[in-house]
Amino acid sequence: MTDTTTAIQAAYLLGLGDDALIYSHRLGSWLTWAPLLEEDMALANISLDLIGQARAIYTYVGANDGTGRSEDDIAYWRDEREFRNVHLVEQPRGDFGQEMARMLWFSAYQRELYAGLAGSRDAQVRAIAAKAVKEVRYHLDHASQWVVRLGDGTPESRDRMVAAFSWVAPYIAELFEDDAASVAAAEAGVGVLPSSLRAAAEATVAAVLAEATLEPPAVSRWHARGGRDGVHSEPMGYLIAEMQHLPRSHPGAAW
Amino acid sequence: MATDVLAAVRAIPDPEIPVITIEGLGILRSLTLDDAAGQVHVVITPTYSGCPAMRAIEDSIARVCRAHGLSARVTTQLSPAWTTDWIDEDSREALRRFGIAPPGPAGSTGVTGSGGPVSVTLGTRPIGSPAAEVTDRHTPACPRCGSERTSVLSQFGSTACKALRRCDDCGDPFDEFKAL
Repeated sequence: MTDTTTAIQAAYLLGLGDDALIYSHRLGSWLTWAPLLEEDMALANISLDLIGQARAIYTYVGANDGTGRSEDDIAYWRDEREFRNVHLVEQPRGDFGQEMARMLWFSAYQRELYAGLAGSRDAQVRAIAAKAVKEVRYHLDHASQWVVRLGDGTPESRDRMVAAFSWVAPYIAELFEDDAASVAAAEAGVGVLPSSLRAAAEATVAAVLAEATLEPPAVSRWHARGGRDGVHSEPMGYLIAEMQHLPRSHPGAAW
Repeated sequence: MATDVLAAVRAIPDPEIPVITIEGLGILRSLTLDDAAGQVHVVITPTYSGCPAMRAIEDSIARVCRAHGLSARVTTQLSPAWTTDWIDEDSREALRRFGIAPPGPAGSTGVTGSGGPVSVTLGTRPIGSPAAEVTDRHTPACPRCGSERTSVLSQFGSTACKALRRCDDCGDPFDEFKAL
């Protein structure tokens, strides 16, 4: 990024890192709440992969955007308006079906994203993406199997999955919206246009829905927007407060 | 002296699976001694992006070098991305003896490739085991009884790099190093 870095490309990468960090935080909140002990571990492991991806992105951005910020500075010392994640990942934990619907969409999106970024002109972005895409395949596999199992399961699990995909529907469009930062990053060959990922991600989700004998949900009349500009939904403020509480109460604490 | 410290760094055990070394695991990417500077330069690569053992490994490297009167410079390199194919034969055998099934070839476990839609078929799965049998192609043998009849309990196990399996013959659960 050193040659081609601009603030706007850093903003693009921060959005991707924020998606990973905020979703990792939501997945972490499943610990002790998942329906099976194995799921506690699975969701925690997926959360850990996402934290790792966020750390790599934050470290890179901080070292190259001229601010000299550390990964911790970026995670813990920005305010809500400076976070550029989409609304999908900041929504509070619902039932397990909702989590699997969200994970299916998010990992289908991330798989296309990282596969595209593995061809970035920026060597470090390429390296981060080539590593992350292998992890995301496991996340996608996990969510796919649960959606099939629950969708084509009992009447109760089926109803819950139908409701889950309706719940998640208004948050999907935002993943694939091009904004100034992603357009600039794509033009520089560093990033990929979100809109270019949509068809493949939708095909992935559609195939899983078909296998799960579920109909695609109706298109919702409103959809979330503004996350990439730092405009978030109400739950985000509480999430940030919880996530940042420790380092802000004890600045510089280390172990 | 020089060869001592290099051998000692190679022999550092993985903090989570102490029966294998960082060299055998394939995460030690390069190791050079700068005699003039009194410094060892070590390049390592993480197994998973979020692997919490990386910090412990860096600390171990620094400690080993200090014991030889040298300083350590540890660089983390992401590319090329680590793959389980880099785990050497001795380490695979050590994993097996330790009760962890070694990984199959990369790309062989339960996940589809990077292109195209996911294809999953609903098989017959016992209630309560959200298993990945449906897409699981590589079946590791049970490290305890050697049976080839084993099934996945969860693709996510006690650490990021392991899945949880069960032997259908002896009934014991065991860890599998996931192909990545």
